[in-house]
Amino acid sequence: MKRYTIFVITENFIGILNRITIIFTRRGINIDALTASESRIPGIHRITIEVTVNEDTVIQLVNQIEKIIDVIKAFYHEDEGVVYQEIALYKIPVSRLDGGLEKIIRQHNAKIIAAEPDFVVLELTGHKEQTQELLEILKGYGLLEFARSGRVAVAKRMLTIESFIK
Amino acid sequence: MMRGADIVVRSLIAEQAELIFGYPGGAIMPVYDALYDYHDQIKHVLTRHEQGAIHAAQGYARVSGKVGVCLATSGPGATNLITGLADAQIDSTPLVCITGQVAAHLLGTDAFQETDVVGISMPGTKWNFQVRRVEDIAPAIAKGFYIARSGRPGPVLIDITKNAQVDFGEFNYVPCLGFRSYKTHHPIDQSAIKEAAELINQAERPYLLFGQGVVLGKAESELKFFLDKSGIPAASTLLGSGALSEEHPNFVGKLGMHGNYAPNLLTNQCDVLIAVGMRFDDRVTGDLKRYAKQAKVIHLELDPAEINKNVKATVAVQGDCRESLAMLTEAITAKKHEAWMGKFRELEQQEKAAVVQHDLTPTKVGLTMGEVIHQINQYKADDAVLVTDVGQHQMIAWRYFHYKKPRTQVTSGGLGTMGFALPAALGAQMYDYSRQVICVVGDGGIQMTIQELGTIMQTKAPVKIVLLNNNYLGMVRQWQQLFFDKRYSFTELDNPDFVKIAEAYNIKSQKVTERQDLQEAIEDMLIHDGPFFLEVVVEKEDNVFPMIATGCSVEEVRLS
Ligand SMILES: Cc1ncc(C[n+]2csc(CCOP(=O)(O)OP(=O)(O)O)c2C)c(N)n1
Ligand SMILES: [Mg+2]
Repeated sequence: MKRYTIFVITENFIGILNRITIIFTRRGINIDALTASESRIPGIHRITIEVTVNEDTVIQLVNQIEKIIDVIKAFYHEDEGVVYQEIALYKIPVSRLDGGLEKIIRQHNAKIIAAEPDFVVLELTGHKEQTQELLEILKGYGLLEFARSGRVAVAKRMLTIESFIK
Repeated sequence: MMRGADIVVRSLIAEQAELIFGYPGGAIMPVYDALYDYHDQIKHVLTRHEQGAIHAAQGYARVSGKVGVCLATSGPGATNLITGLADAQIDSTPLVCITGQVAAHLLGTDAFQETDVVGISMPGTKWNFQVRRVEDIAPAIAKGFYIARSGRPGPVLIDITKNAQVDFGEFNYVPCLGFRSYKTHHPIDQSAIKEAAELINQAERPYLLFGQGVVLGKAESELKFFLDKSGIPAASTLLGSGALSEEHPNFVGKLGMHGNYAPNLLTNQCDVLIAVGMRFDDRVTGDLKRYAKQAKVIHLELDPAEINKNVKATVAVQGDCRESLAMLTEAITAKKHEAWMGKFRELEQQEKAAVVQHDLTPTKVGLTMGEVIHQINQYKADDAVLVTDVGQHQMIAWRYFHYKKPRTQVTSGGLGTMGFALPAALGAQMYDYSRQVICVVGDGGIQMTIQELGTIMQTKAPVKIVLLNNNYLGMVRQWQQLFFDKRYSFTELDNPDFVKIAEAYNIKSQKVTERQDLQEAIEDMLIHDGPFFLEVVVEKEDNVFPMIATGCSVEEVRLS
């Protein structure tokens, strides 16, 4: 089993996400994370899916996704083939914000992006290992809330959407 | 300007649909109202259940090669289509199903007869779409027909809200010729052809398996030419039957759980396995870990998702098998494989002695299903269509029916849907009244859609219905006998008087219980001008052999 990033380039029609996710559900495969956004080209969306499976399975998944009528292209990469980031937000009580915590924030390259009377929100962008490390530390600082996005990724391979819609 | 409902009907006519199978209801009434005006341009058959409508559309599509069209109302009307959609999806049958839906402003409110049919039908359709505005009707239908019939065919569902049906819009039909996310033509890779040809030229025991892809790709002649030149023995899957005449000298029989002895067994002795338009279904392969491991595999297949799905291909030739077969024929050297072919014939004799004799020339008093099919063979036309339901009768009819022409095989293969045969036979017959359509059905399955006798009565479709009555859910009983210690748990049926039912529908009928009456009854049935219902009471506890039990390898095919 390995971690793979599946990229889906698709028309932006209602129901597409449903059609994609049932391919995973039917095979009893858990999606680790999923993000969807408009691509550089209006009307075309890109969906990034993270799964932990073996290579045979990821090939089957990609083939089935690509078979969806409104999907333009689907492909997959191992971690080495993609540049990716995740964003994590941490909500901490103001009362715990002291010199020690500020040092941790600096060391991890995190930022305070909101300061309210009762709490502050820290942001850290990076790979899961990094955001997880900070999470473990902040648990000792009365962490109130934590949220982490799915992977936002681009492939290292030099291919453009245009080459798929020709 | 015209009503959306008129646009629906005009679009169907523009797609050259000539026949609709359907059932009305509130949310689709505007379309039914429009149909009233166009009855001279497009016919509609009122079935007795929406499942009947969609299976009829499937039967129509399978024999004609055209897109079957089906119409139903929202809610229960639409959900009654689901079995047929799943069946058409797995058997690659082109359909366009149109369902009515509550008005757009009511979507999501649990309005009367509102069901999320787009959501429910998603896994069972090649494509589906909800139309909420009148201007989207014609483009959706155009796209739907294109998707249903192109590439690997399949079912499409278009859900049209009631407001779209009653609003007024322009009608300007533009057929769909393709769109950017959906490529239907894949140029054949020349180097793959070269590699495949090399493997074939060097092979000592090559073996070809063909499936429905040959029929869908209209590659029957290309298959024949390839076999003529290569001298390679060829076997068919359940849905491939008819793609090659069984009289062809290279034809060695049928594959799968209840296929023939040699074709299954020798799969594990060939050195090159050529699979054409088939998907290595588990009913064909048995245990995959012990399937054709010794062989180099060449897979000719249109759908890229089927390549390397179940069996890894040594050489995959993706694309239309009509093109790839022709190219391959060109690239190979002419050969004969007499010794290898002889092996098939040898084992065929063993099957004859152990199974076929029992089935076709029984010594016991009770009639066998096999002898019924054997008699049908004596009198049927060469292009007669055999429509079967699911169970022992299906496997026996398939085993013994003489397939000589393409598109003569209509059965529920991938889904195994009991209740398929009667409505599918009706649909097949509606395509062409002059063609013999023989529906072979079990006493269990016929009762799942027996209401369609009413549609047969009303349309006078001259379907010949042969009920093989063993008073059992026979196929399940066989498994109970072989694998569950003969514990016949809920498989025996107390049946009605079927002949009386047929008579109540004004369908000429006969019941045969004795061997001496069989031949004449079949002759009478086949010359009868109109629908005919023939019940044959057969041996209660007969079994279908050969058989590859679940989990076994193809070489463990058993004769008893
Ligand atoms: C809708 C549906 N329900 C259940 C089954 C499981 N099943 C497969 S064959 C069979 C028995 C069919 O009995 P019958 O129609 O009498 O045919 P026979 O096997 O006796 O020829 C059953 C219940 C099925 N294939 N389809
Ligand atoms: Mg039965």
